[in-house]
Amino acid sequence: MKLNTNSNSYIIIYSAILVVIVAFLLAFVYQALKPMQDANVALDVKKQILYSLNIRDLDGSEAEAKYAEVVKQEAERDGRKYYLCDINGEDVLVVSLKGMGLWGGISGFISIHGDDAPTVYGAYFNHESETAGLGAEIKDSQAWQEKFIGKKVFADGSDTHEVVLSVVKKVDDPTTQVDCVTGATLTSNGVDDMIKTCLKDAGKNAVELFSVMTCTLDAPADSTVTEEPKVEEE
Amino acid sequence: MALFSKQNKEVFTNPLNLDHPILGQVLGICSALAVTSQLKPAIVMGLAVTVITAFANVIISIIRNTIPNRIRIVVQLVVVAALVTIVSQILKAFAYDVSVQLSVYVGLIITNCILMGRLEAFAMQNKPWPSFLDGVGNGLGYAMILVIVGAVREFLGRGSLLGFQIIPDACYDFGYVNNGMMTMPAMALILVGCVIWVHRAYFYKEK
Repeated sequence: MKLNTNSNSYIIIYSAILVVIVAFLLAFVYQALKPMQDANVALDVKKQILYSLNIRDLDGSEAEAKYAEVVKQEAERDGRKYYLCDINGEDVLVVSLKGMGLWGGISGFISIHGDDAPTVYGAYFNHESETAGLGAEIKDSQAWQEKFIGKKVFADGSDTHEVVLSVVKKVDDPTTQVDCVTGATLTSNGVDDMIKTCLKDAGKNAVELFSVMTCTLDAPADSTVTEEPKVEEE
Repeated sequence: MALFSKQNKEVFTNPLNLDHPILGQVLGICSALAVTSQLKPAIVMGLAVTVITAFANVIISIIRNTIPNRIRIVVQLVVVAALVTIVSQILKAFAYDVSVQLSVYVGLIITNCILMGRLEAFAMQNKPWPSFLDGVGNGLGYAMILVIVGAVREFLGRGSLLGFQIIPDACYDFGYVNNGMMTMPAMALILVGCVIWVHRAYFYKEK
């Protein structure tokens, strides 16, 4: 018996069968591996949160243990996540960030501390498809992330939750501004926008969230919280 | 036919030297440039390509007589794409860091010329066992270059191998600086050029 492998009907049946077999195979593999992949993604998020708290270079199980030790409470508001952490007895609030870079989404975590005039405790950024060596430096360069440490977050004496922390090309005010990544102005602008939007929300939600979270960041129960005027640090 | 007849040995060893996919056939250069800035992803990428080439070769070779000639490229692509997707899922489940590092390049194995080249040129005409050897040989040949280039780039660009620091801190104290150029894809091209040069000068004989 010799099939005519060039007849139209043979080709159509052949491709249909092939596609069905492949589809079943892929669906099976996907289902079988999904729990492990989800666990990996969850662990990765925990690691990123620890990075933003300046806790780096931990293995999987170490990171898991450290996370359980450090993070006391989680809360979610308007799609943004907030984590209350305890670092050597001090309350630190981690805010999740999401924004747009040059080629794709960027995300990250930024941690703030200080009762009346919050400053940045640490930061970590991630990206989907920024250019390696340029925009990707926001993730790869620890030195750049460490530039955020100690910067003041909110404007003095305003109730508008105005975020003064910014990423700029030319640093005029070293207490609030971070130098952008050389050669990656657009990605840096994305980081700037992301920080502004997300921290503004964090400021707005502060009272409510913090009371839920029993955080000392905004200790006074009256309205003026994190934005209370205070002499500049640094 | 014996499993390791002279003919089969040649099928396996040729791509490692005379008929090397990168050095001789100049295939698969693009991914060789992209993933070699460090040694670990280079090794994983080399292994992934070896596994995929070998199994794609075997599968295509088994069904080679049933494949309609007019849609053979499509069939090859479907087989390769399915294998690549499976490998990418497995990496995500068992080596998450590496899969993040390789990101799009795993998906791009589909378009790696070595794969389609070997399927079209070898697996369509040969039995499964020689096809398997051919796939492994070509994959290893490709991996070999990736490892060489990856090792040089990581050593000179970051002062480490597989993430372990090799160049002692004392050297940095004396003013040694890592060569940032090495982490850029352009240097990979120059390094591949050097490897091809050495290969042509010392190992390659005209047939």
